Amino acid sequence: MKISGAKLFVEALKKEKVDTLFAYPGGQTIDLFDALYGEKEINIILPRHEQALAHAADGYARSTGKVGVCLVTSGPGATNLVTGIATANYDSVPMVCFTGQVPTNLIGNDAFQEVDTIGIMRSVCKYAVTVRNREELGKIIKKAFFIARTGKPGVVVVDIPKDIQIALGSDVYPEKVSIRGYKPNTDVHPMQVKRVLAALKTAKKPVFLIGGGVNIAHANKELTKLVELTGIPVVTTIMGKGAIDTNHELYIGNIGIHGSYASNHAISECDVLFSIGTRFNDRITGKIETFAKNAKIIHVDIDTAAISRNIVVDIPLVGDAKKAINALLENAKPLNISEWVKQIQEWKKEYPIEMPKEVKGVSPQKIIEAINKVFDKNAIITTDVGQNQLWTTQFLELNSTKKMLTSGGLGTMGYGLPSAIGAKIGNPTKDVVSIAGDGGMQMNIQEMATAVVNELPMTLCVLNNGYLGNVRQWQEMFYNKQYSLTCLRYRKSCNQACSNPNKDCPPFIPDFIKLAESYGAKAIRVTKTEDIEKALKEAKKNKRVPTLIEFIIDREANVLPMVKPRKFFRQYYSRIQWKGR
Amino acid sequence: MNNVKKRWICLFVENEIGVLARISGLFSSKAYNIDTITVGTTEDTTVSRMTISFTSDDKTFEQIKKQFNRSVEVIKVVDYTDIPIHMKEILFVKINHCSEKDKKEIFRIADIFNITIVDYNYTSILLECTQTEDINDAIIKLLQEKFMNRMEITRGGVVATEAIGVANK
Repeated sequence: MKISGAKLFVEALKKEKVDTLFAYPGGQTIDLFDALYGEKEINIILPRHEQALAHAADGYARSTGKVGVCLVTSGPGATNLVTGIATANYDSVPMVCFTGQVPTNLIGNDAFQEVDTIGIMRSVCKYAVTVRNREELGKIIKKAFFIARTGKPGVVVVDIPKDIQIALGSDVYPEKVSIRGYKPNTDVHPMQVKRVLAALKTAKKPVFLIGGGVNIAHANKELTKLVELTGIPVVTTIMGKGAIDTNHELYIGNIGIHGSYASNHAISECDVLFSIGTRFNDRITGKIETFAKNAKIIHVDIDTAAISRNIVVDIPLVGDAKKAINALLENAKPLNISEWVKQIQEWKKEYPIEMPKEVKGVSPQKIIEAINKVFDKNAIITTDVGQNQLWTTQFLELNSTKKMLTSGGLGTMGYGLPSAIGAKIGNPTKDVVSIAGDGGMQMNIQEMATAVVNELPMTLCVLNNGYLGNVRQWQEMFYNKQYSLTCLRYRKSCNQACSNPNKDCPPFIPDFIKLAESYGAKAIRVTKTEDIEKALKEAKKNKRVPTLIEFIIDREANVLPMVKPRKFFRQYYSRIQWKGR
Repeated sequence: MNNVKKRWICLFVENEIGVLARISGLFSSKAYNIDTITVGTTEDTTVSRMTISFTSDDKTFEQIKKQFNRSVEVIKVVDYTDIPIHMKEILFVKINHCSEKDKKEIFRIADIFNITIVDYNYTSILLECTQTEDINDAIIKLLQEKFMNRMEITRGGVVATEAIGVANK
């Protein structure tokens, strides 16, 4: 039977078991939306901006493990998607994004709402392709889903010109696809496994460095088993946080420029660094020459290109994290490293991450700790980017029923709210909490509407300091306290060269409470630390409506400890050494 | 580790729109510089074959190969740097404002270096030279000594294939 491209598109989504589609209509996708009209098997969500749409699909994908699917129109629809695609691809999130395109006979003519979508997307996604004839449509969609979810997952963009959507053609959607240039290998090499085990056997001070790859491979149980079997302590990157229960006795903490003293010290002192699913980003290595200087480095990664890119690896093990850990579990033995573990536990006890007890306004640490208490299980926490994200990664507790979603690679402000919406849609029975700053919240504030109209009960925390806090902190610490353009309470009548926030500063714009209420959401303002828990509990109770909680925090609160930029991990600003807050 | 030298690589890629942009984009996005790149279809019209020459250190080179290997459009990557191959590059050199003495000199050079004179008038000469990239470099250098500022150079980029018996690169 001959059917239109649009009909085949809908059939393809169903065959790929797509239950949720994040979509924003436009001129060049009108035929696809027509074919979706009244569709019962697919829940179609209409966010208010395409960037947020991509973040929502991203949050959905990260929290469910399924492929996030987007559909937007050509030109501005596609360009608005770019940040969301780059964010997801950077963190290896499986997504397929469909973009409308002007009819094939107009491509290259500077038609209305035409951009070279594939040319733009190519450098920020895993694969991008324009469908050039109707008979290829099914094969290309099949290929897109296959590429997105296999190997190192990523984003695939499929650009569909309007005439292809209309054209009649075959109704066959292929069952299988084979791509000669793309054969992802997930199996590990047995010889390399032996080398890893041999290196572990003689290790005196080994440490695990766990990245996001373990969470993506859903290898949390296997990792915990391996840790318990060998007794090797664990540090994580921000993306790897939650790979093992954060209350596990062998879990030390995060490493990196805002990581804990004990974690960073463990990496500096270890003799075998066993890393899984991390690409040794500059945020975690600090000065590269001094990173784990005395250690033999083992690196498990599914991406061969990640091996020895940033640091030289002694024993690479290419493959899926779960398969690698399972292969190791077969022959791994307990290690006699109690002295080393004791040493790390002492560092951990001696130098905990903590914020000052006396603070102006609400303490960010207390907010995250209250979230730990009120949302202790079956919860998904999303963060925005900036200080809110760093405090969250420092203090949030995660276990096998709790997940954290954060933009670790690209560091995209505006990620928190829309990703929480995607997570809630994918996990209606779980509690979803988003944590954002006042800057990031405003980058996608329009999504309050999406949360309200979809009747999503969520807790949306805004940590309001009236500053772009993370940049302000750098300005305070490394730029002579010149708060250049970071104050969000600045008015035209202010002195622009002001670095002195005080009680006479103009009020914060917007009024988050009124704004949330205007969207039909509930809103609570918290100005005292003792009211945090009450507000969170109230938000948790609210049914069918999101609750925004605005926490008025210290305007100049800092994220500490902090490794000095471009320095060795031992060159630290601890809370005590840094006289500011 | 930082062994900076000339490299050659052969890529078999899907013959589809945008693949050249993808490959050259990989170089530019990682801030690697291409010296020459040639593309053409093969005996299988769905496959194109590229020969790329560039200068890099070992670490960068390893990274480039890995990046290609993981690209969906790339079917096969062959490193030509240290294996026996046949390599040729076409080079046109047009020399203008030639005196009688110049012409004699050019004919002599052409004779010795196996260069063909493919076009000619009373003041200009067009040379065609199909040699390896290194020999072409040397010929250009030689001609520049005498004919600087009145030479026009057109280089075609390297094509190469694995040797059967005797290599020539």
